[in-house]
Amino acid sequence: MQQTSKNAIASPRAMGAEHVAETLQGLERFLAQLAPRYPSKQALVLPALHFVQERLRCVPIAAVEAIALHLGLHPAQVHDTMSFYGFFRTEKDPLGKHRLWVCRSLVCMLRGADAVLQTLCDHLGIAPGETTADGTITLETAECLGACEGAPCILVNDEHRLAVTCEQVATIVEELTRTAG
Amino acid sequence: MSYEPVLLKHVGCPDSQTLDYYCRHGGYRGLRNALEMSPSEVVEMVKASGLRGRGGAGFPTGLKWSFLPKDHPGPIYMCVNADESEPGTFNNRILMENDPHQVLEGIIISCYATRATTAYIYIRYEYGRCYRVLEKAISECYAAGYLGKNILGKSGFDLDVYLHRGAGAYICGEETGLIESLEGKRAWPRIKPPFPAVEGAFRKPTVVNNIETLACVTHILARGVDWFKSLGVPPDPKNPRDLGSYGPKLYCVSGHVERPGCYELPLGITAKQLIEEYAGGVWKARRAKAVIPGGLSMGFLSASELDTPLDFNGPVKAGCLGLGTAAVIVIDDETSMIDVLYNSCRFFAHESCGQCTPCREGTAWSVKILERIRRGKGTRDDLDILLEIANGIGIIPGTTICGLADGAAWPIKTALTKFREEFEDAVRKGVKSKLGQQSFSVATRSEIL
Repeated sequence: MQQTSKNAIASPRAMGAEHVAETLQGLERFLAQLAPRYPSKQALVLPALHFVQERLRCVPIAAVEAIALHLGLHPAQVHDTMSFYGFFRTEKDPLGKHRLWVCRSLVCMLRGADAVLQTLCDHLGIAPGETTADGTITLETAECLGACEGAPCILVNDEHRLAVTCEQVATIVEELTRTAG
Repeated sequence: MSYEPVLLKHVGCPDSQTLDYYCRHGGYRGLRNALEMSPSEVVEMVKASGLRGRGGAGFPTGLKWSFLPKDHPGPIYMCVNADESEPGTFNNRILMENDPHQVLEGIIISCYATRATTAYIYIRYEYGRCYRVLEKAISECYAAGYLGKNILGKSGFDLDVYLHRGAGAYICGEETGLIESLEGKRAWPRIKPPFPAVEGAFRKPTVVNNIETLACVTHILARGVDWFKSLGVPPDPKNPRDLGSYGPKLYCVSGHVERPGCYELPLGITAKQLIEEYAGGVWKARRAKAVIPGGLSMGFLSASELDTPLDFNGPVKAGCLGLGTAAVIVIDDETSMIDVLYNSCRFFAHESCGQCTPCREGTAWSVKILERIRRGKGTRDDLDILLEIANGIGIIPGTTICGLADGAAWPIKTALTKFREEFEDAVRKGVKSKLGQQSFSVATRSEIL
């Protein structure tokens, strides 16, 4: 069992002012590179949000403003899109190093997803939506992950793990902790 | 039934993702055939094949293309729907992960036919492996002249293909929700008309097609219309509106079966054959209680309806919404239908985009009521209220912009009519459902919507 607290700061280093500034500079280059692909600037909102969250583990308000500035939008427009998708986190609630999604839709439910989720919660000492105190793992519930032939399935960041059993939970967590360095 | 898979032929073969492998096995032959024809001839060929969209609605693909305005100055856009999120469905993931060039060839042919000059593959974020496989395949195509300017030396045929990642929302699979999301906005479906063919992405004529549909296009061009029409079910002569169910289909079978997986068969196989002859039968030597014929939103078949053919008509005749994505979910006789319906209602309440009040509120009420029933606190009135909600939300009663609410309603309607006794019994006796009894404190807490 790992020590946890509900609003753990996922990775203080990751959110340092320098890292934010560096990411926002990278963002400008990234958007300039992608711009010719789309006839409107607003179409870059989702790619921009992904770019920031991948690096900072959340989308801080400074990044929302920067995206708006680069794309000629009002920050509220960027925030509107960002908040529609439950995917993006604010700086109050950043992601850990790894994001672990447990599918809870019908097929996974039929094949034991509730038990897998409960085992993960118990093992990590957190509830879905929370991050371990050491900032290693954020646990989430997901709707159908599109891998029902391997139910119950989980998604580690953006890669599927199929036919997960409660017995495998400890090994998976250990592996993620090891690669969180 | 002996049938040699075409769409899944190379799944699982080493290197099946590479251009080299694909070309060595006859790849891009369909594209070469297409380039010898005029774009409108390709449209006519796809029309003649009878291909209907594999994403859920079953709309004829060639007809959809022909709605694009003639002689439009452009640009015309192609949006490839790779936001596969319907519970039970994973066929597009298998295609993209294993045979990306088959999909890309279909995209290139379809863009040639529709004169689209840019294609956006809108892919759900969760499909990270597909994203990376496609990214590599696309760069191979540029290097080999299958994408870019003057493709394969055909002067004036230019095409760019870009991957665009979603951010976890079921509604982005609705074609206008997808377009809104691509444009960087919240994925609120648009009121139609105008249909995307007239005014779609970036206010330009747009075609939206599913991955499996596009893979079918590849083979229609490579093997011909006669091959495609030799598979499946011709139109019912007694029904002048029936368009037939031609071609191969990827059936995803999951849930309580011995061998869950994706099986390619000609359209029209029965649910029973699929489960028993391909998926190894119901697991643990149990019996099926209910079967979902085409993804959660289609509703349920009862155990006595398993002879239903899984073509575009069969499930409708059995009271389901349609063939949907042909994702077959088997539910065994030890499962509580209350738990199943609770899960369904929870899914749709979570995924309702919130734009239309009947859907946003109706799906939320339905999950609260099911929560009550599964805790043994339901009443007879609850069943009536559930049906009232289900009958009142969706495109069919005319209260919503898109079909998400119809998909939420059909499981409720079919469960409450076909499994009425179980629900009445539950509210009469006031007992908790099977999963409702378990003490998974976190997993089953009610506020996790």
